[in-house]
Amino acid sequence: MDRVIEQMPRFFASGNLNLLVEAAGLTLAMTFVGCLIGFFLAFLLVYLRQTPGRWAIPLRLVCIGYVEIFRRIPFLVVIYLVLFFIQTVTTDASLFTIAVVAICIYATAYTADIIRGGLESVPKTQIEAAQTMNLSRLRTTVTIVLPQAWPVIIPPAIAFAVSFIKDTALVSQIGVFELTFRGKELNNQGFSGILVFGTIAICYFLISFPLSMLGQYLEKRLATPRGQRRARSIRNA
Amino acid sequence: MPHLAVNGVRAAYGTLDVLKGVSFSMEKGEVVALVGPSGSGKSTVLRTLVGLTPASAGTVQIHGNTIDFKSAGAVRAARDQMAIVFQQYNLFQNMDVMRNVTLAPIKIKRRPAGEVMPEAERLLRMVGLAEKKHAFPDELSGGQQQRVAIARALALRPQILLLDEVTSALDPELVNEVLDTIRRLAADGMSMIVVSHEMSFVREVADQVVFMDQGEVIETGPPKAIFDVPKTARARDFFAKIIRH
Amino acid sequence: MDYRFQYGVVWDNFDALLEGAWLTFQLGVLAFMGGLLIGLAGATIKSFAPQPFRFLVDAYVVFITNTPALIQIYFLYFGLPEVGVRWSSEACVLIGLILNAGAYLTLILRAGFLSVRRPELEAGLTMGMSILQQVRYIIVPHIAKSIYPAVANFFIVILVMGTSIGAIIGVDELTGTAINLSTVNYRWLEYFSVIAVLYVILTFIASIGLALFGRWAFRVKARIF
Repeated sequence: MDRVIEQMPRFFASGNLNLLVEAAGLTLAMTFVGCLIGFFLAFLLVYLRQTPGRWAIPLRLVCIGYVEIFRRIPFLVVIYLVLFFIQTVTTDASLFTIAVVAICIYATAYTADIIRGGLESVPKTQIEAAQTMNLSRLRTTVTIVLPQAWPVIIPPAIAFAVSFIKDTALVSQIGVFELTFRGKELNNQGFSGILVFGTIAICYFLISFPLSMLGQYLEKRLATPRGQRRARSIRNA
Repeated sequence: MPHLAVNGVRAAYGTLDVLKGVSFSMEKGEVVALVGPSGSGKSTVLRTLVGLTPASAGTVQIHGNTIDFKSAGAVRAARDQMAIVFQQYNLFQNMDVMRNVTLAPIKIKRRPAGEVMPEAERLLRMVGLAEKKHAFPDELSGGQQQRVAIARALALRPQILLLDEVTSALDPELVNEVLDTIRRLAADGMSMIVVSHEMSFVREVADQVVFMDQGEVIETGPPKAIFDVPKTARARDFFAKIIRH
Repeated sequence: MDYRFQYGVVWDNFDALLEGAWLTFQLGVLAFMGGLLIGLAGATIKSFAPQPFRFLVDAYVVFITNTPALIQIYFLYFGLPEVGVRWSSEACVLIGLILNAGAYLTLILRAGFLSVRRPELEAGLTMGMSILQQVRYIIVPHIAKSIYPAVANFFIVILVMGTSIGAIIGVDELTGTAINLSTVNYRWLEYFSVIAVLYVILTFIASIGLALFGRWAFRVKARIF
């Protein structure tokens, strides 16, 4: 304990603090970019998965297979696979890019189920009405189903992204200069493990907790019928 | 040549035969009413015509053109000429009334907005909802939503209008406003196929009544004949039970 | 891309991978069981205990669920020796995962607890049941069926995500074994693609097992997909 207290001034020097702030920014950036891209890819995946017709069965199976497989592989393994795979093709890719690709692949698999649940929550009768008017599947999905599915999709999607902030800690293993990596670095430099990792834990907490509270607040606001109308008026404004 | 001819249409849900060879025909401007007990397949006939339930056999002719329902193109052609109004109105919840009515004509039929918008307003005026054109479906009563649904169907300029138990989901006091709209359409000469439980309305408005039971057409005829002097036993049973109240 | 895949080495060392998979499974089961006990205790405290204890449980849950499991394990692995406690990598991972799982399971079980209606609990009280007896005879049977899917799913999460973290501090579970073997002959892609498949198989077996167990014990129709 005394060791911890004795080390604190050196530990909390501005140089280290700058590194930590930068690292926190990197953590957030990775999570945000990866989850956003993953979200769009997931939507594409779900749309393709719903392609009707017997000829589309292989396509549908591929879409289902992707989700089921990548939901069952540890993120660490995905990170390594992406790393080695990309490095056999090119040596130019930055570690940050590799990390974001791994996050995308993972986020796509997890978000796909959220999106599918949202789309399926819209009553089939809405789609039937559109079909009888000869609306195409794409137009129906975009102009009728999606707008009604948003309130069901957004809260769990945000909750996933916020919780993914913690999973990015594993990216430290391939050398990206995010929070956990910096922590390990400081520990290697001789700082006490309790001090270092306690502080890093608090850093993650300070990022994750407010965001998850925000997500819960958003969920409550969107869940009420008034909330849905509010969401709609924001959309149409 | 009849406006619409349905020949031997069969349909099944899995192994259950819902339609066992349904045939009838109608002339332009006629109102045909499909009546019968629950489960007789009346709604399924309409759903088959717009391709929501696949027909396993049979053909449909509109003005002599055969539609075989096997190809997607045929289904699209059928939907182009017929419009359906559902029991649960099925208005698009995320758009206002005006957009509900104009979406398909502008985007699918590719008619210019300058032409569609005034027509939509005229149709909404006709069903008595002109002032609600910017309201959202969840702000309207059931009867109002159903009238919007009728306007939406008419905006597609269909050859034949299909009405699937359009008053069954409404509170009693709202039923008449919808029936009035249908009366007006009939008077204007719109070809319609109406599935309904409102027997007195059917009697008043229909030119031809088709009585169905368990997936088959049992008897057809003008309302006076079929209501008062049904030829078959099953029809007699049905109408006796109805007329009693 | 001129990388020549050589899967021969992988087959030669397949039994090592299987041993790793077995360790993964054991860690997963133990961590889950421990977490379940903590979760049950936590949910019980949150439902019945007076304020200071409820706050403590909340603090524990909030802190654990907002910090990465890796950091929690690093804290144990690098921090404990400073206070004189020297645990093996396996022990650190196990304890870390138990504490981690305990927090999440507290949330899941607490949600289940809340779904039991007051009158039933009051009936138990009037019959003279203690808190533990109420939990055991009224709450758990009541909610077992409805929370089973969430709990079973969480087991898969622990099995897959949780145990693989051990590889980082040298535990020879499946991922760790793959890392060890790869550093010997640099067949990283081959090894990792194979363990990816092994993980999928492992989780399918676990899912099926959990679904069958759920059907037998609680008559739950648990999804496999």
